[in-house]
Amino acid sequence: MFKRLLLVLIGFLFTISVFAAKDDNSIQIKGSDTMVNLGQAWAEKYMEENPEDFVAVTGGGSGTGLSSLISGSCDIAMSSRNIKDKEIALAKQKGINPFEIRIALDGLAVVTSPANPVGKLTLEQLAGIFTGRISNWKEVGGKDERIVILSREVNSGTHVYFKEHVLRNNNTNGKEEFAPSALMLSSSQAIADEVAANPSAIGYYGMGYISSKQKTIAVARDDKAEYVEPSIENVLSGKYPISRPLFLYTNDQPQGLIKKFVDYALSKEGQDIVVKTDFVPVKK
Amino acid sequence: MRKLKEFIIEKLIFISGLASIFFVVLIFLFLTKEGLAVFKYASPVDFLTGKSWYPISEPAQLGILPLIFGSLMVTLGAAIISIPIGVACAVYIAEIAPLRIKEVLKAGIELLAAIPSVVLGFIGMVTLVPWVKTVFHLPTGLTALSGSIILAFMAMPTIVSIAEDALYSVPKSYKEGAFALGATHWQTIYRVLLPAASSGIVAAVMLGIGRVIGETMAVMMITGNAAVIPQNILVPVRTLTATIAAEMGEAVVGSEHYFALFAIGIVLFIISFIINVSADLFLHKRH
Repeated sequence: MFKRLLLVLIGFLFTISVFAAKDDNSIQIKGSDTMVNLGQAWAEKYMEENPEDFVAVTGGGSGTGLSSLISGSCDIAMSSRNIKDKEIALAKQKGINPFEIRIALDGLAVVTSPANPVGKLTLEQLAGIFTGRISNWKEVGGKDERIVILSREVNSGTHVYFKEHVLRNNNTNGKEEFAPSALMLSSSQAIADEVAANPSAIGYYGMGYISSKQKTIAVARDDKAEYVEPSIENVLSGKYPISRPLFLYTNDQPQGLIKKFVDYALSKEGQDIVVKTDFVPVKK
Repeated sequence: MRKLKEFIIEKLIFISGLASIFFVVLIFLFLTKEGLAVFKYASPVDFLTGKSWYPISEPAQLGILPLIFGSLMVTLGAAIISIPIGVACAVYIAEIAPLRIKEVLKAGIELLAAIPSVVLGFIGMVTLVPWVKTVFHLPTGLTALSGSIILAFMAMPTIVSIAEDALYSVPKSYKEGAFALGATHWQTIYRVLLPAASSGIVAAVMLGIGRVIGETMAVMMITGNAAVIPQNILVPVRTLTATIAAEMGEAVVGSEHYFALFAIGIVLFIISFIINVSADLFLHKRH
């Protein structure tokens, strides 16, 4: 009994020491769930080419990534939104100087079930639906059914971006909020599943999650403008109205190993991976 | 030498005994320190009775009334489902079931307790949620009812095993006396055993409910998390626990949102403290 306990204890200590030993060849990347697949793909390819380096990628949300950067527990934060002034102030207090790198673009797709007849909406209508002003599908040309609003939780950069750019239409003094009746789901995949199963639901997520089980909505800036589908070409040309930049944040200008990884992500190869994971490259 | 060994072991056990109390006190102090800070931004009345929960807006709206109602609605539903089934199950196991069935049932209930809540939540999401949607013709199946049903499964093992214990510890002479007076088996259970074991059964129910109100993962997955005050059980709700779990990752340390989440923690702590203490009172009444 004692021997076993001792063994467990030794194993435990060993694990701790392995984690605690800060490896000079390792990079910790943390942040946006939207970008986690992209980060993983970069890390895999990068480690294939540089077998002596180790890159660990974890999600948790843009805010989680940025607060880890601030507390010094990761080297690179992935974020699907700009860093907030509050966060910069907090970082400065801790002697961290966040440095922003625009790494890719993402179109936010608005999706419904393929069984829903509505196929196009203006930004105005979208704002109406998500704030609860429009509550029935027939007001936007659909069936007589209550609209079920699906949103991400507030820890999601996607949630914040959608609120600021669609609900508030880029007005920084806007007071619009998601309708209280909006369902807050904890992941983009949960939204994808619920939309696929529910003909009266509407949700939004990064373009990477689009599949044949959901129907994308063509969006127009206003009722006179052209309705545009979310696609890589339309985001690149700037025609699709709901697209956003994706960022990496580092402490100060990246140096050494971190610079090597960031340069890789910005290289031709890195940007090819961006396209493969259904995002839009910043460099052609 | 022997004395020294004895002394050391005694002290070690003593320290271990105090450790849990020490931790509880530390946790409580930390919770209070972080949670009470929210009242710099919102008065206790606004916090507890405010109807809007928009923690990241400028200025933040920190009203947790919809969350309290969400938790209560889900818990009430789970209690209504799990108490009758749980107590009946305990009666069956303690009084009626033949030995072999009893063994199988007890093993099954222990197994139910061993299923991680995220697994129950996931199963609920793919099976129960669509079912609730079609059966009740709702716009969405992510409702308080779905949460209640899954939570009832989680409360059941606690209720059954403690209620069964309580029924066992009713002195045999009570039962024999009832039979001797010509009572049937059901009359004995209903009029003699259940009243005699009532304090233990109430404690079982309380502990089951305590488990339900603190449960997080499954409710976060299947109740929809919409922060509105529920009018009935067939609408989406957001619970206290799910709010903390979903938002803690984002909250900027030291912001009003962060403090508000800790204050929710205090509210939860108080609720489960009351439940546990009353369960304890009922348990001790028995002896």
